[in-house]
Amino acid sequence: MSVKKLGMASLLTLFAAMAVPSMASADVAEDLAAKAMELDMVWVAVATILVFLMQAGFMFLEIGFSRMKNAGTGVAKIFMNLAIVTIAWWAVGYAISGTGNDFFGEYGFFFHFDQTIGSGEEAFNVAASDTMLMLFGLAFCAVSLAIVWGTTLERIKFGAYVVYAAVFGAIIYPLIAHAVWGGGLLADVGGKPVMDFAGSSVVHLTGAVGGLAALLLLGARKGKYAADGTPRAIPGHSMPLVGLGVIILWIGWFGFNGGSTFATEGSFFGEAMLNTQLAAAAGVIGASLLVYLKTKALDVGMAGNGAIAGLVGITAPAGFVEYWAAPIIGLVAGFVVVLCVLGFEKILDDPIGALSAHGAAGIWGTLAVGIFASPRLVVDGAAPGIWYGIFGDASFGSTLGQLAVQGLAVVLTFVVVFVLSYATFAIIKATIGLRVSEAEEDAGLDISSHGMYGYPEAFIPQPEYPSIGHTPTMAGTPIATPGEATAEQA
Amino acid sequence: MKKIEAFIRHEAFEPIRSELLEKGFPSISIVEAKGSGRQKGIVEQYRGSTVTVNVRPKLKLEIVVADSDKDLIVETILRHARTGEIGDGKIFVIPVEEAIRIRTGERGDEVTQVHVE
Repeated sequence: MSVKKLGMASLLTLFAAMAVPSMASADVAEDLAAKAMELDMVWVAVATILVFLMQAGFMFLEIGFSRMKNAGTGVAKIFMNLAIVTIAWWAVGYAISGTGNDFFGEYGFFFHFDQTIGSGEEAFNVAASDTMLMLFGLAFCAVSLAIVWGTTLERIKFGAYVVYAAVFGAIIYPLIAHAVWGGGLLADVGGKPVMDFAGSSVVHLTGAVGGLAALLLLGARKGKYAADGTPRAIPGHSMPLVGLGVIILWIGWFGFNGGSTFATEGSFFGEAMLNTQLAAAAGVIGASLLVYLKTKALDVGMAGNGAIAGLVGITAPAGFVEYWAAPIIGLVAGFVVVLCVLGFEKILDDPIGALSAHGAAGIWGTLAVGIFASPRLVVDGAAPGIWYGIFGDASFGSTLGQLAVQGLAVVLTFVVVFVLSYATFAIIKATIGLRVSEAEEDAGLDISSHGMYGYPEAFIPQPEYPSIGHTPTMAGTPIATPGEATAEQA
Repeated sequence: MKKIEAFIRHEAFEPIRSELLEKGFPSISIVEAKGSGRQKGIVEQYRGSTVTVNVRPKLKLEIVVADSDKDLIVETILRHARTGEIGDGKIFVIPVEEAIRIRTGERGDEVTQVHVE
């Protein structure tokens, strides 16, 4: 039966139901539920596409913040990471992140159609809608992984990407996702669930902590610190690319936060999307203002980092707070990112500010839920933010408890991800090596790791291109040879 | 023959070029140069750190003329390139042994510039 006919059939059923309600109401209810599910999945599909688009955002952001000699490697990295994390998530990661015991999921390895997920009464067999959600989860995992590499630009061995991507996509990210979203330990802390709407901690803090582990083992770029330890600027080669990256991420975030409703019911995704926009805007304002006050210059990249920080900050609260709270969350995130970038810069070489924009702002966003979550929006069992404990009707003790639970999510995420990531990178370092040689770093990763330049014309002078078959076009014109000229002069 | 090499500010180039063309000296070359002199470098702010660029961009102008035209060229450059501020640049005059036009193989003074006839 074609799609059109199906639609007609359900329309007819609807008419029949209107005419004789008592006869067909059960069928109609079933049909409507199926249609509602299909509509939900269409929205999740749109959101999935937007979240995958964020890969382009990360690519441009990182390449813009790199020097020209390290532009091509960023492209190869995005492709390779997305590919490996996809296979890892399909084979293992999805299963670990889903239904299972307190620590990890147990069903859905090598995900396939009609596979049984779960046990007992809650078990279900994989249908197309579950597949859509699985793909949405993969998009999130891929974002989290992309964040990791911000700290490692311009000096890491390409092999490290490959190995860590497999471990991250199969184990590290899924463990955290399971803890909060898969019914793990953090889904019920003394009766209270951690509230992380779209992943300030699950996705962003996880990525940033992975990046921190890599950075500690990797060290700073050559020339980043003077002999006396003074940090020196290593300006990225293209602020326009940085801007393009931030705008793509910003737009992708509507799928990231809006899509985390998983549903179209009540058009609730609109609330999450407005909160997202308000926080991003406030993040730009906060970061621009503070960096100008502190350095007397409006740093172009920092304005972009402000947008990202605002977006990361609102990621956990997007579906839990009222509109008035979103600009406050974004503004604070903007302040946080500037203070952290300026502070971390003194000791940690993080070229794009991933630790600040995703790590620090991710912590802030997770805690912000415990401060601003509205009684209207909190999930079952959770308490609203402490704001409502102080100024509203909510019990102060209960709201304080919720804030503590949010804090616990931060601590647990940090510890678990750091330990696993540090171990993984240490093994990489001991075996295939983590960092390129000094000569390779000087030459740039494009030519040393990939044998080609991202911007060939910037490095290969035009005359060195082969010009086989070139003949002067002046054939037939008498040309005086040096010998003849000498003869004439004589 | 003399080669005149002048390191000038970018903005001085266009008036020099158009006046020399008018006076019958169309053959000039420019090279984007970076150098240091008495003028201070530029301090770039970037994510809370700074980087000092001690060399600044200048334009290097190269003109080869007959000995008799040398003073006219130098005077034209001076007139347009001088602002009186540090960083105006320098002019060097260098003897040239020979000039050859590749298209025809001609040699000598007549190769250096196309004079209005």
